[in-house]
Amino acid sequence: MTSPVPGTLRSEVARDGETIVFVAPDRLLEAMTWLKETPGQEFDYLVDVTAVEFRDRERPLEVVYFLRSLKRRADIRIKVELSAAAELAVDSVYHLWHGADWLEREVFDMFGITFRGHPDLRRILMWETYAEGYPLRKNFPLRGRFSRAEQVRQALNINPEGNYSLEELSIAEAAGDLPDDMRDRLRRGERGVIPDPPQ
Amino acid sequence: MSKRVVSPRTIELELATPGIDAQGHATRVPLTAEAEPGLGEEHMLVNIGPQHPATHGVLRLVVELDGETVVRCIPHLGYLHSGFEKLGEYRHYNQIIPLTDRTDYLSPMSNNVGFALAAEKLMGIEITPRCTVLRVIACEMSRIISHMVWLGTTSIDLGAFTPFLWAFQERERIYDLQEMWTGARLTTSLTRVGGLLADIPDGFVEKLRHFTDTFPKTLAEIDRVLTRNGVWAGRTQGVGTLTAAEATNHSLSGPMLRASGVAYDVRKDKPYLGYETYDFDVIVGEHGDVFDRYMVRLEECHQSNRILQQALDRLPDGPINVADPKVILPSKTRAMSDMEAMIFHFKQVMEGVKAPVGEAYVGIENPKGELGNYLVSDGTAKPVRWRIRPPSFINLSALPKMAEGHLLSDLIAINASVDIVMGEVDR
Repeated sequence: MTSPVPGTLRSEVARDGETIVFVAPDRLLEAMTWLKETPGQEFDYLVDVTAVEFRDRERPLEVVYFLRSLKRRADIRIKVELSAAAELAVDSVYHLWHGADWLEREVFDMFGITFRGHPDLRRILMWETYAEGYPLRKNFPLRGRFSRAEQVRQALNINPEGNYSLEELSIAEAAGDLPDDMRDRLRRGERGVIPDPPQ
Repeated sequence: MSKRVVSPRTIELELATPGIDAQGHATRVPLTAEAEPGLGEEHMLVNIGPQHPATHGVLRLVVELDGETVVRCIPHLGYLHSGFEKLGEYRHYNQIIPLTDRTDYLSPMSNNVGFALAAEKLMGIEITPRCTVLRVIACEMSRIISHMVWLGTTSIDLGAFTPFLWAFQERERIYDLQEMWTGARLTTSLTRVGGLLADIPDGFVEKLRHFTDTFPKTLAEIDRVLTRNGVWAGRTQGVGTLTAAEATNHSLSGPMLRASGVAYDVRKDKPYLGYETYDFDVIVGEHGDVFDRYMVRLEECHQSNRILQQALDRLPDGPINVADPKVILPSKTRAMSDMEAMIFHFKQVMEGVKAPVGEAYVGIENPKGELGNYLVSDGTAKPVRWRIRPPSFINLSALPKMAEGHLLSDLIAINASVDIVMGEVDR
């Protein structure tokens, strides 16, 4: 690569021969826009977004972006390092590649990394009121945080309305009829507009 | 690069008038408020799934309807979430292979191959020529069975029952071969890091060759029944259209991407397993609708058949495993009679194969799209992170975009055309 990506901290070569470029977290969006729109780069395809947490707790978490230029048939890997002690947040690349929508939601769901500017950042594989934490973090036990008895109790107590988001219930004009405690519970795990109850 | 466009439009559709046709039947073009003043402002919420045959697994779709038109489609996933990636962090590399069977369970063998390739890339292992060709055979067999299931279930969704029976008959023949080779029909666990579970048994080559000779006849029959069928064309043409730019922007891969006219095939553009030496075409569509996705998958079966024939012709003799006792488990007989072999056996079973520090990503062209396996190692025998790039999860994320503005019945066709398998979507 002749001209460096904006905000490059360092770069290295992975064992599969691909170039990895580490980018400063606050300049991620600038770097990604540059990679997508600069002639000669034209990374128009987002292959994957994921995160890595190491067993060594001192090492920062990495958010990994796999980019590809379909025109040039070239790949590049962009990484952002986030310290586990600080706030886990990066800018969303949704507005550059719509494919990032569910990929970023999955990283949020599994690692608790927030993507600023994502239009619909909520859990995707776990249910939206899931309270045990973020499953792919290293401090999350393999069998889950809650005891098996508590997990069963929660599973049996699920209210059918809890399977819908408030936004969806408002379409069916059901949100106004819900008891207050259920509305509160839904609101905790869910964003969306609650319509005023009919007068 | 040989690229072939398939998108015949031989049927003139007379269904494209908006509103109500001369006989008073509603046409498949959505009714608008102007055409039908009685259509109120009120929207309806319909819940499809998670237990519904047309969602192809435990997928739940919440659909907001204006009359019969989809205003919004909100997928809810995770009913089959099994935490494979987390489980992988607690297992040796060879112990992960049974997990890969269970992700995309309609093409288990090519999942096995994808993972093994990533692990070998990470460890810097060169596999033997015979193993390479056998893995190509495994991948292409998987592509055929996966496309056959897709074809059968989609034709049932759209009201055609006969192609389902034909497709499943062909799939059964491949399943018999899989059973011959690995002893299992579904949970094959075919590969090992650096080799294979077993060499092909006697009679396998002849049986597979018989399959490749007779399979195109079934494809021709399916083609004759569906491609120029007015009902099929009416339900699929112009439905769920994505342009090349939209398909690229949504990160689609595999037949979904190629049906929109983007000729990207990992086998050609980032070859693995020596695919660059096989003669086959990359099949692309041009309209990016459900019909083109059908055409692309149907033609891909022909191409897979060609690759299988070439692979059988060139299948070399020789070992299937690399000659590295640190990686490949010695045979039980040797482990019981040879001291050194016993030590290697013990160390591999107890400690596993250690991978050097670093990371590797290998994408392969799975039937559903690009299956990526991303492994990060910290030098121990268990990966720090095992990430599957799930092709059907990413392809499914474009469903709301494709379905909005179509009829509810078209949503079923569009959802079928994505070719999802929930084991992989939810992992």
